[in-house]
Amino acid sequence: MPDTVTLKIKRQDSETSDSYWETFTIPYIPRSNVISCLMDIQANPVNAKGEEVTPVVWESNCLEEVCGACTMVINGKVHQSCSALVDQLEKPISLEPMSKFPVVRDLAVDRARMFGALKKVQAWVTADGYHDLGPGERESTSHQEVAYKLSECMTCGCCVEACPQYSLSNNFLGAAAISQSRLFNMHPTAKNIADERLDTLMQKGGIADCGNAQNCVEACPKSIPLTESIAEMGRQVSGKFWRNIFQA
Amino acid sequence: MNKRRVIVIGGGLAGLAATMKMAELGMSILLVSFLPVKRSHSVCAQGGINGAVNIKGEGDSPEIHFYDTVKGGDFLAHQPLCKDMCLHAPYIINLMDRLGVTFNRTPEGNLDFRRFGGTLYHRTAFAGATTGQQLLYALDEQVRHFEVQGLVEKMEWHEYLGAVLNDDGRCVGAIIHNLRSGEIKAEKGDAVILATGGPGLVYGRTTNSMVCTGTAVTSAYLQGAKYGNGEFIQIHPSAIPGRDKLRLMSESARGEGGRVWVPRKAGDSRKPREIPEKERFYFLEERYPLFGNLVPRDVGAREIYDICVNDKLGVHGEMKVYLDLTHHTREFLDHRLGGILEIYEKFTGVDPHEEPMEIFPAVHYSMGGIWTDYTRTEDGLIDHQSPNNQMTSITGLYAAGEADYQYHGGNRLGANSLLSCIYTGLMMSPGVINYVNNVPESVEDVAENVFADATRQWQEKFSEIKGMSGKENPYALHREMAEEMISNVLIVRDNSKLKSTLDKIDEFESRWKNIKCVDTTDWSNPVPSFINQLWNMIQLSKIITKGALLRDEFRGSHYKPEFDLSQPSDFKPETYLEFEKQKEAGIVKENAFEPEHLAYMKRFSVNNKKWLKTTIATYKEGRPEISYEEVDTSLIAPRPRKYD
Repeated sequence: MPDTVTLKIKRQDSETSDSYWETFTIPYIPRSNVISCLMDIQANPVNAKGEEVTPVVWESNCLEEVCGACTMVINGKVHQSCSALVDQLEKPISLEPMSKFPVVRDLAVDRARMFGALKKVQAWVTADGYHDLGPGERESTSHQEVAYKLSECMTCGCCVEACPQYSLSNNFLGAAAISQSRLFNMHPTAKNIADERLDTLMQKGGIADCGNAQNCVEACPKSIPLTESIAEMGRQVSGKFWRNIFQA
Repeated sequence: MNKRRVIVIGGGLAGLAATMKMAELGMSILLVSFLPVKRSHSVCAQGGINGAVNIKGEGDSPEIHFYDTVKGGDFLAHQPLCKDMCLHAPYIINLMDRLGVTFNRTPEGNLDFRRFGGTLYHRTAFAGATTGQQLLYALDEQVRHFEVQGLVEKMEWHEYLGAVLNDDGRCVGAIIHNLRSGEIKAEKGDAVILATGGPGLVYGRTTNSMVCTGTAVTSAYLQGAKYGNGEFIQIHPSAIPGRDKLRLMSESARGEGGRVWVPRKAGDSRKPREIPEKERFYFLEERYPLFGNLVPRDVGAREIYDICVNDKLGVHGEMKVYLDLTHHTREFLDHRLGGILEIYEKFTGVDPHEEPMEIFPAVHYSMGGIWTDYTRTEDGLIDHQSPNNQMTSITGLYAAGEADYQYHGGNRLGANSLLSCIYTGLMMSPGVINYVNNVPESVEDVAENVFADATRQWQEKFSEIKGMSGKENPYALHREMAEEMISNVLIVRDNSKLKSTLDKIDEFESRWKNIKCVDTTDWSNPVPSFINQLWNMIQLSKIITKGALLRDEFRGSHYKPEFDLSQPSDFKPETYLEFEKQKEAGIVKENAFEPEHLAYMKRFSVNNKKWLKTTIATYKEGRPEISYEEVDTSLIAPRPRKYD
């Protein structure tokens, strides 16, 4: 058993300042994960050179890999830091903020663009009201299984971090939002505005921007079939394209 | 559009349900949250949401659900609220179904229901093993739609520091801290709703998320609001031990047939699957033949604690027991429990399809919270138009969800929390709007200096915090305080330890004054916030500990062995009803009861008279002053609980 764990952390003091690397060496404790290491640094914020520094800033909440908050690049791969177990990681452990979003501070980034994409694809059910209107439609278990899987997306950003097409300088919707448009286009009432979602996907930044690298599905921590979703929405979009031509 | 505005603090199920419902009714909402609301703690709820839909034709009904809820809570909950909630539960499940929640289905395509602790019916609707996440997402989507329509404005990355009170003590807004720029300013609101969840972080590592510090409700308490039933903290029987948090192993694992056991031989070093059936002690099944592994949470947690601490039968001599699902097929488990088993494997590296899981109880939920009001109708339900519903003792300041003290009494039933969160958010909305539309003066007419003074006060407080240059690291101090709470204010409570913990908390409070603010920068600096939250956690730990010290009885999650009334094992709770009836009529036929039963019933009756009351904590000169209030038990007569 090693006595210590070394973490190399890419830090940045503000949105506009330059980034720098800082190394921390902390006592090794069995069953640690990246979050518990960051917590240990908080409780004793001293770097490997023995200098007192500010604690590292990161974002986290549930620590069970269901909220999506603590996503970062760990040893070069994007992942939730709560489920990154120290025993399973190569040392020293390198931590970087995701590169496809503006850095707020240290490992915390601003993923507002992903939530904006959910607005663009109208990822919601339009309800007549919240009063008692009885149950929803009956559904088969096979339908539920597909929909449930898609609905597990926690807007963490792994898929777009891994995507070669998604960048700080373009407006690609990304795999997560495309997959959500599939989820709502298969819902018995949300599909009433399926065509509006397809119109969004046909615009610039839509489905045509996907380069078919298939990195997204590899990176997704919830194993959501993102490439299947993109293919399905591609089919729906081309169907709409031809309908538009014949209706014109 | 309504010119008046409501501020909702917190974007979990309760906050989003209130936001959505009030927006539907045309109210403008400012929604404030630490994080993007989609990342709120509600996502952690795994097992499901209760509602007596009776899909399985078992004869279940909202009335039975009501009874189970009240009995599960050891009769400490105000009954009209519980009844109204249970009556609305089937509608809430239907609504969430319509809003797109991907609930599991039966072969005919209806919603599927599973069993949960504290009931004998299949009453829990579920979406895989992430029901809370799925419910939250459906509400998040509705609120996002209102955001696009301009009815809801979100302030994510912002923190509530305190209420703005006018000269009459009425809440007219909130002080909001921008967690990126550090700016502190007042937001005007005709009403403010605290839907800020529970206070788990007072205990450090729990099943709660990192934002669950209880700081918002404690701030309300420090401003004069009453706090109710603080000592009732639910310990979940099954959590996965971890260094950063104790991850929940959902009760659904037991609902789907999971069996809890330990080796009969203390310190047995064999691997679990090498231990033959007859050398395993399925202690819950043996001790509770009727409910078995599905006893309520307080009972389950105490039994596991007892088997490890008193019988010393914990696995490998450690504080853990097995939770075994290996008798099921992989297909069954993946379909019914996939998500939660993945969590176990992900965080321990062990496959629960092949090996029994190792679990131990952990702090999970606070039944107590900020005191809130309600208006009952003559038939024992709630008047949904009343502005009193969910109002704290500060006029215009409301609370909902885990933040309030209602609905669960002394112990919450599994899968009732998601219900109570959505129910309170929806139920309170018409009343809040009635309040807002009838306030004597709109916040626009409140003198500006009311807001300016409150803002300045908080700005000064934070610049003082930033200037703290003592020796204590705030995070290390928090760990120490949490350890004290875990050691002495948990499952088994002892007055001498509680007393010494109260002294210890005073020490933590003085040490807090010697904190060093380890980051004094201006941009996106979480440290000053945390130092302020830690102060509030210290105050809240006093409420919990003092409430526990003074309550000399055993009720729900609050267990003091000294005051256990020792129910005779052959006693039937209905006997007590007969006894009470006779007492009311003025003649108790003492000979008609077994002497041991009679003595027990007398003890029970005396104890209830003294302790069947809500604990109220009020802030006085740096300490909680404790008093007690009557509980509305007019619908179901209190009686002893029994689950075997």
